Amino acid sequence: MNNPADRLVAVAAGKEVPSEVHQQVLDERPVLEIDRFSLWYGTKQALHSITMPISHNKVTALVGPSGCGKSTLLRSVNRLNDLVPSVRSTGDMRLNGDSIYDPSMDVIDLRKRMGMVFQKPNPFPMSIYENVVYSLRIDGENSRGVLDEVCELSLRGAALWDEVKDRLADSAVGLSGGQQQRLCIARAIAAEPEVLLLDEPCSALDPMATGKVEDLIQELRGRYSVLIVTHNMQQASRTSDYTAFMYLGRLIEYGPTTEIFTKPILRETEAYVTGRFG
Amino acid sequence: MSFERPRRLRSAYSGLTAHGESWVWLTGGALAMAIAMITGLLLFIVVRGASTFWPMPLERVELVDGRQVLGEITGREEVGQRVEEVQGDPAAAAGPQRASAVGIRMARRLVRTANFEITGNHYEWFDEPKIARTSLPEWATAVERLEGGRFHGFPLRLVHATENSTEVVAQGPEKTWQAYEQLHPAFRRRFREAMHIDKHQRGVLQRQLRAARMAVVQADLDRGRKSPAYAAAVEAEATIAGRMQKQSAILDGQTARLREQNAGWGVEFETASGEKRTLPLDAIVRGWQPNRLSTIGKLGVYFSRWVEFLWDDPREANSAGGVFPAIWGTVAMTLIMAMFVAPFGVLAALYLREYASAGFLTTAVRIAINNLAGVPSIVYGAFGLGFFCYVLGAGIDEIFFQPSLVADNQPTFGTGGLLWASLTLALLTLPVVIVATEEALSAVPNSMREGSYACGAGKWQTIRRIVLPRALPGIMTGLILAMARGAGEVAPLMLVGVKKLAVDLPIDGTFPFVHPEREFMHLAYLIYDVGFQSPNSQAAQPMVFTITFLLVMIIALLNVTAIWARSRLKRRYVSQQF
Repeated sequence: MNNPADRLVAVAAGKEVPSEVHQQVLDERPVLEIDRFSLWYGTKQALHSITMPISHNKVTALVGPSGCGKSTLLRSVNRLNDLVPSVRSTGDMRLNGDSIYDPSMDVIDLRKRMGMVFQKPNPFPMSIYENVVYSLRIDGENSRGVLDEVCELSLRGAALWDEVKDRLADSAVGLSGGQQQRLCIARAIAAEPEVLLLDEPCSALDPMATGKVEDLIQELRGRYSVLIVTHNMQQASRTSDYTAFMYLGRLIEYGPTTEIFTKPILRETEAYVTGRFG
Repeated sequence: MSFERPRRLRSAYSGLTAHGESWVWLTGGALAMAIAMITGLLLFIVVRGASTFWPMPLERVELVDGRQVLGEITGREEVGQRVEEVQGDPAAAAGPQRASAVGIRMARRLVRTANFEITGNHYEWFDEPKIARTSLPEWATAVERLEGGRFHGFPLRLVHATENSTEVVAQGPEKTWQAYEQLHPAFRRRFREAMHIDKHQRGVLQRQLRAARMAVVQADLDRGRKSPAYAAAVEAEATIAGRMQKQSAILDGQTARLREQNAGWGVEFETASGEKRTLPLDAIVRGWQPNRLSTIGKLGVYFSRWVEFLWDDPREANSAGGVFPAIWGTVAMTLIMAMFVAPFGVLAALYLREYASAGFLTTAVRIAINNLAGVPSIVYGAFGLGFFCYVLGAGIDEIFFQPSLVADNQPTFGTGGLLWASLTLALLTLPVVIVATEEALSAVPNSMREGSYACGAGKWQTIRRIVLPRALPGIMTGLILAMARGAGEVAPLMLVGVKKLAVDLPIDGTFPFVHPEREFMHLAYLIYDVGFQSPNSQAAQPMVFTITFLLVMIIALLNVTAIWARSRLKRRYVSQQF
């Protein structure tokens, strides 16, 4: 396998290839374990037996060319793919030891243990305040004191408090795009999630707003377990502790970000992260 | 050597199609046409409708043959007339006359002559060549009466006739009119008071009496004639009947006193043709002398007529007086309809869009609903009559209103009424609401729903807190369309409860205060009725435009309210950025 694309050619031909997972990843304490997880849209297989642990209180980036299944994997973690008709899957994932795909797992309870932020900011059609405390409201929490506290903590956590503290009752749709995305992050961390899932959170934002959100991800590091999908190699190298390279539904290489970007095991990975392919 | 490619010449027309200039004109023209038609329609209705009540000058028309009439000149038209002209020497008429028809253009005028009881006409056409002279006499007076239509004449004197003598209170036009203006309000007040007693207070008594009688029948049906309950009911009825009789006598006394005070007072008028008529003072609704009135005085008459139009009951087969019951009926029916159609339509659309899985059945249901919007409205009317009135209503009557059915053979809910009409129209507008709601729901971005699910919200929580608020402006649009359509519907209403005259409003002071079973009046039906069913169609014609104007205004008002509410919601819920 001297040609950098050998393994990728094999993947494209439909062959199963082994994933290269660095030892440092395996030594970490996992918050989420993905265990031989495969997924089909109808008859088309989108994920091929992916096995990877996600480390506790670290930022893990998923990179790879378009259509490689990064977002699908992310949406499988909180079972949002259940909403898509004709999706089926095998294998399992475990969140702090609890099987996610166990039939007895209540999917609503499961989602309450995670937070998710989407590509396009999607503030709800309500006030900034109500947006942040949404997950508490749906749990029936109506105590003003609790809600106020969570709202302030979450907005501070999302570095948005100073910008909106005087207009919490205003509609959230009046915020700028970057503010909206940070509001969505505040909304996601308000429920004290065990894992925070970020699906290309900066792809709809301008460079200034992107910078702010990236700074925020830096701040979240160490306090939250973050799984982030990104197209932007610089973003992955800047913000993440670990990086996983995916290609056509397979996990190709997974290791510490510095190693993936400087001395990866596979030349295919190097080719991708340096922009020579993909 | 350079090779020059031959320049390709474009066809002369390609520029036109490529640049689309012709389409700018065509599309712009179509829009301009549409706008012109709509504004033209509205302008016509507004001008005709708003000018009906303006007091027009009363002209004395003197004809060549010496006849005189007094009236408002309301129209003029050119007609072609065939005039037989005899040529040649009339003396040499032995031979066959050579006659030739010569067509000439001639104008004629439509004069509202009023005084139906004298001339047998409300309006008359006069050929212009036959009019010798017209003038504006100072004391010409137009009088609106309770019955018999308008009266045009000159006031002579105000008299008070008793059994054996006639006292002249005022003589001469000026004095008579002064006295009239002084006395008239009090007479009208007394007249209205007596009317109110007859119409409403007596009605209350009668309804109480009927309730007692129904209780007797009910006791008979339930327990039989020998039961103590029946005896008690009979006794109660006797007590109530006795009390009613006393109260009725009191009311009789009151009305008699009021009417006695009014009796004998009248204004004597002389018509243009010299006939004298005495009009009872309390039968005069309003009198004015347009030729003497200043603009402010005319405005006073104008607004007083509008007030009567908006707040009074109709008179003279709906061609005069007010339309208050019809306004009430239209608004009440539209609102009740909206109350029914909104929740049903929204819930149905929610199921179709949010819960039902895509498949053949869902598609079929959706197509069926779309087609339902195209069913002729009279079909809904027939269904409303057949199902709501004759099945549902008759069932309700059987269970709750049996005495009325047994004793009077009189249905309560088993006939047309406000409730059934509202339900029928709710059914008629249901497809509009469902389609609009579905569209509004599908316009809610899926990212919103996913965001909510990702927060751990259930399906209903997501719909209730995210999807519905976001779709609300679109839902309101559907509701506005439905209300506009419902308020203007006539055909189905004729079958399910709209009547030519129904002055008893569905809400009044007698228990249970709301009477959804009552028949009601509706502006759109009133247009049809006044326009086509009126015995005095020319006099009713201006009323048609005024009612149309009012209907358009009411629908516009309902819509503006709803649009205002929608724009408020939009500001709150819909992002300006994406």
